[in-house]
Amino acid sequence: MATIKLDGLRKSFGKTEVIHGIDIDIEDGEFIVIVGPSGCGKSTMLRMVAGLETVTSGEVQINGVRVNELEPMDRNIAMVFQNYALYPHMNVFDNMAYGLKIAKTPKPEIAERVGAAAKLLQLEEFLQRRPRELSGGQRQRVAMGRAIVRKPDVFLFDEPLSNLDAKLRVQMRLEIKELQRSLGVTTLYVTHDQVEAMTLADRMIVMNDGMADQIGAPLDVYEKPATVFVAGFIGSPATNFFGGDLVTGSQNTALISAFNDDERAALGQPATMIGIRPEHLQVCEPNSAFLTLTVKYTEALGAETLIHGKLPKGDAITIRQSGHLPMPEGGQEIGAVWSEHSVMVFEQNGRRV
Amino acid sequence: MALLLPQLIITVAFFFYPAGQAIWQSMFISDPFGLKSQFVGFGNFEFLLSDPFYRASFATTAVFSGLVTVASMGVALFLAVLADRLIKGSGVYRTLLIWPYAVAPAVAGVLWLFMFNTRVGVVSWYLGNLGYDWNHVLNDGEAMGLVVVASSWGRISYNFLFFLAGLQAIPKSVIEAAAIDGAQFWTRFRTIVFPLLSPVTFFLLVVNIVYAFFETFGVIHTITSGGPQQATTILVYKVFSDGFVGQDLGSSAAQSVILLVIVGALTIVQFRYIERRVHY
Amino acid sequence: MSGMVQKRGFGHYMTHAGLIVGVLIIFFPIWLAFVASTVTQPEIVKPPMPLWPGDQFFANYKSALVSGVNAPVARMLMNSAIMALGIAFGKISISLLSAFAIVYFRFPGRKFFFWMIFLTLMLPVEVRIVPTFEVIARFGMLNSYQGLIFPLIASATATFLFRQFFMTVPDELTEAARVDGARPMQFFWDILLPMSRNNIAALFVILFIYGWNQYLWPLLITTDPSMNTIVMGIKQMFPSGDDVADWPVIMATSILAMVPPVIIVISMQKLFIRGLVDSEK
Repeated sequence: MATIKLDGLRKSFGKTEVIHGIDIDIEDGEFIVIVGPSGCGKSTMLRMVAGLETVTSGEVQINGVRVNELEPMDRNIAMVFQNYALYPHMNVFDNMAYGLKIAKTPKPEIAERVGAAAKLLQLEEFLQRRPRELSGGQRQRVAMGRAIVRKPDVFLFDEPLSNLDAKLRVQMRLEIKELQRSLGVTTLYVTHDQVEAMTLADRMIVMNDGMADQIGAPLDVYEKPATVFVAGFIGSPATNFFGGDLVTGSQNTALISAFNDDERAALGQPATMIGIRPEHLQVCEPNSAFLTLTVKYTEALGAETLIHGKLPKGDAITIRQSGHLPMPEGGQEIGAVWSEHSVMVFEQNGRRV
Repeated sequence: MALLLPQLIITVAFFFYPAGQAIWQSMFISDPFGLKSQFVGFGNFEFLLSDPFYRASFATTAVFSGLVTVASMGVALFLAVLADRLIKGSGVYRTLLIWPYAVAPAVAGVLWLFMFNTRVGVVSWYLGNLGYDWNHVLNDGEAMGLVVVASSWGRISYNFLFFLAGLQAIPKSVIEAAAIDGAQFWTRFRTIVFPLLSPVTFFLLVVNIVYAFFETFGVIHTITSGGPQQATTILVYKVFSDGFVGQDLGSSAAQSVILLVIVGALTIVQFRYIERRVHY
Repeated sequence: MSGMVQKRGFGHYMTHAGLIVGVLIIFFPIWLAFVASTVTQPEIVKPPMPLWPGDQFFANYKSALVSGVNAPVARMLMNSAIMALGIAFGKISISLLSAFAIVYFRFPGRKFFFWMIFLTLMLPVEVRIVPTFEVIARFGMLNSYQGLIFPLIASATATFLFRQFFMTVPDELTEAARVDGARPMQFFWDILLPMSRNNIAALFVILFIYGWNQYLWPLLITTDPSMNTIVMGIKQMFPSGDDVADWPVIMATSILAMVPPVIIVISMQKLFIRGLVDSEK
């Protein structure tokens, strides 16, 4: 049970600043996902909360108490590592019990807590086995069990599912979600997979190069991305981007597309970008469309079809439509329309208008 | 920090201090009673480098270590190649061939001495029957031969283990590709196996030379005591005999220093090579 | 190599033949020594000696163990054992601690210590015999177990090997222990040591044999025959002058000198070979 507060958190390695000031207030029991591409600093942030990295400036507070100077073991946190970090020479039971043993917890209580965690994670039959005798998914669960038995205030997960195969990943992330809900422990979860983030998070922190581009609930981030980066990172297939601007007229918005900056400059307007998600575009006849495009090729995936095409000025564009609608042919010219609120306009600095 | 202390104390007291002492002492000449010593700077070294006995010892050591290295590595490689050809059974041979590793060089010396002893040795007796009068006590060449054999014998195990491991580490697919390309056994060995073994070979080369320089003291002392007439006095033996028997501390210390430099150079070469090779 | 050229028939048999010949040649000296230790002195003195064991096994070995030539071999065996075990345990324990300190802690002069330790890899004891002798004499450790053991654990080869191994332990493991609340020494004891078991075992075999087979050093610092180790003591069983050596006893002693190391090597063979080959990299 804990709240977390990050206040102006910054981190530098030598002269290079890698985290440029993060602020967030996390409620008790919230599942926060820190998501971003490799190298954006998300693991570093997690480790600062854990106490494995020092804080260059700013504050980390757990339950209102500043913990910058405290060792990990004094912060009452538990962590699940990317490579599980299980002690190879100990069996599952001892792995989970280790932290409790060090805290001098009485034996009966250790047995009880480990037993309960094992039951929760379906590890009961593996308690006597060594890590090398377990599969990836099972090791994952042992790592989680180790975190659970300590009854910490905060769970920290560092890309725990990256080493599992795709199918297992889907299954495990649902299990993690349910687990967290039933235990109600405040959780910070780091991943580079935006699908994981969308599934698991109560709120997400989308990180880009050491900055938090946006903090919000998944659907908010999806529908109202704050920057070009967020719009492009969240959602698959990725958002279509092209230079252009809105012309508000009737209830439908039309586009002036100026695809290169020279034309833009000539028009005397700041260079803006338009972003539309593939799933928000609908195919129609060219003459009633907001946009026309030439189809290059289509991907028939069964439940959905992806149409890849080219806009007149050369930008690539992707449309996603339901699988049972008719598919256009390669080379065909088609049109696209969308509903008003699904178009996004971005200024030159990437921020959404 | 305190964790390092035991190691530090022992290493300083029993390694650096004596090593430093050796360097210091090498620059003095002391009289036979050790009462007075006279600083001579590099005098001892100069003397050694021009001393015919020392030079002879150098030559002896070079010949000795060369022979031991070649012999023990050659036989070991041969046996390892054979053992590598077996799918099963190589473990049994390995167990059997390991034995000499456990035998101290000095004991090996006694074993071989026993076989070639001029009076009771079985082998020397048979040789006598065939008309060859073996006497390593008098004959330089035979003395050298005997110590070389005794020293190589013990070394074969060690080299065998490494060669076998090296051979087994060569991916079969490479050999098979060569065979499909039409290469016969000897060609395959020459052009593929041996080059791929070269890191192991190089490593063993250095280790064996160091072994021949130092650990063979036991063999020499047991069989020939450096004789006849210093024909088998290798450098390390000379350090011993000059220092402890002849009581010429300065010269012995100087010899130690020279040996130190040689070994140091060899070790550095080995490390450089290994470091480079490891990135591959 | 094996799959390609493995033919049933000629090549296969030749391979086995070659290896068997190799084994026989290698074993011949040992075999002969064993035979010599089971026959009587006159049989040896009048060549050729028999090539098959005799019936004096118990007599000769008892004689060797109880009285030997200048010291009972049983006593020498004990000395060797104490020395070898002392060296093995001593070196392993101080090296573990040093390697741990070097890899896991940051302190001033760390690089310096590492290079200092690295230097000691280069010099075997034979190079520093004279001054080491003096140091031991000054400490009054001549003819003592300490004198036998200390100089031989001074080089830092084991420290280096452990350092290499510790560096392969993933950081995540250390961090997990840290999060679990382990202090450094707890980490060392509960986690690092158990993980090092293989390396420790391999090193134990190597060091035991190294210690047991020492020759030059014990020769120098023991003048009292009751402190002889078995390996160096054998040479001293040879009489000076023209007397005939007591070959059966000497050979029995040689065989006894071989037995403990051989037992240890064979029984820990798998472990030891893996450790040897891996650690020299």
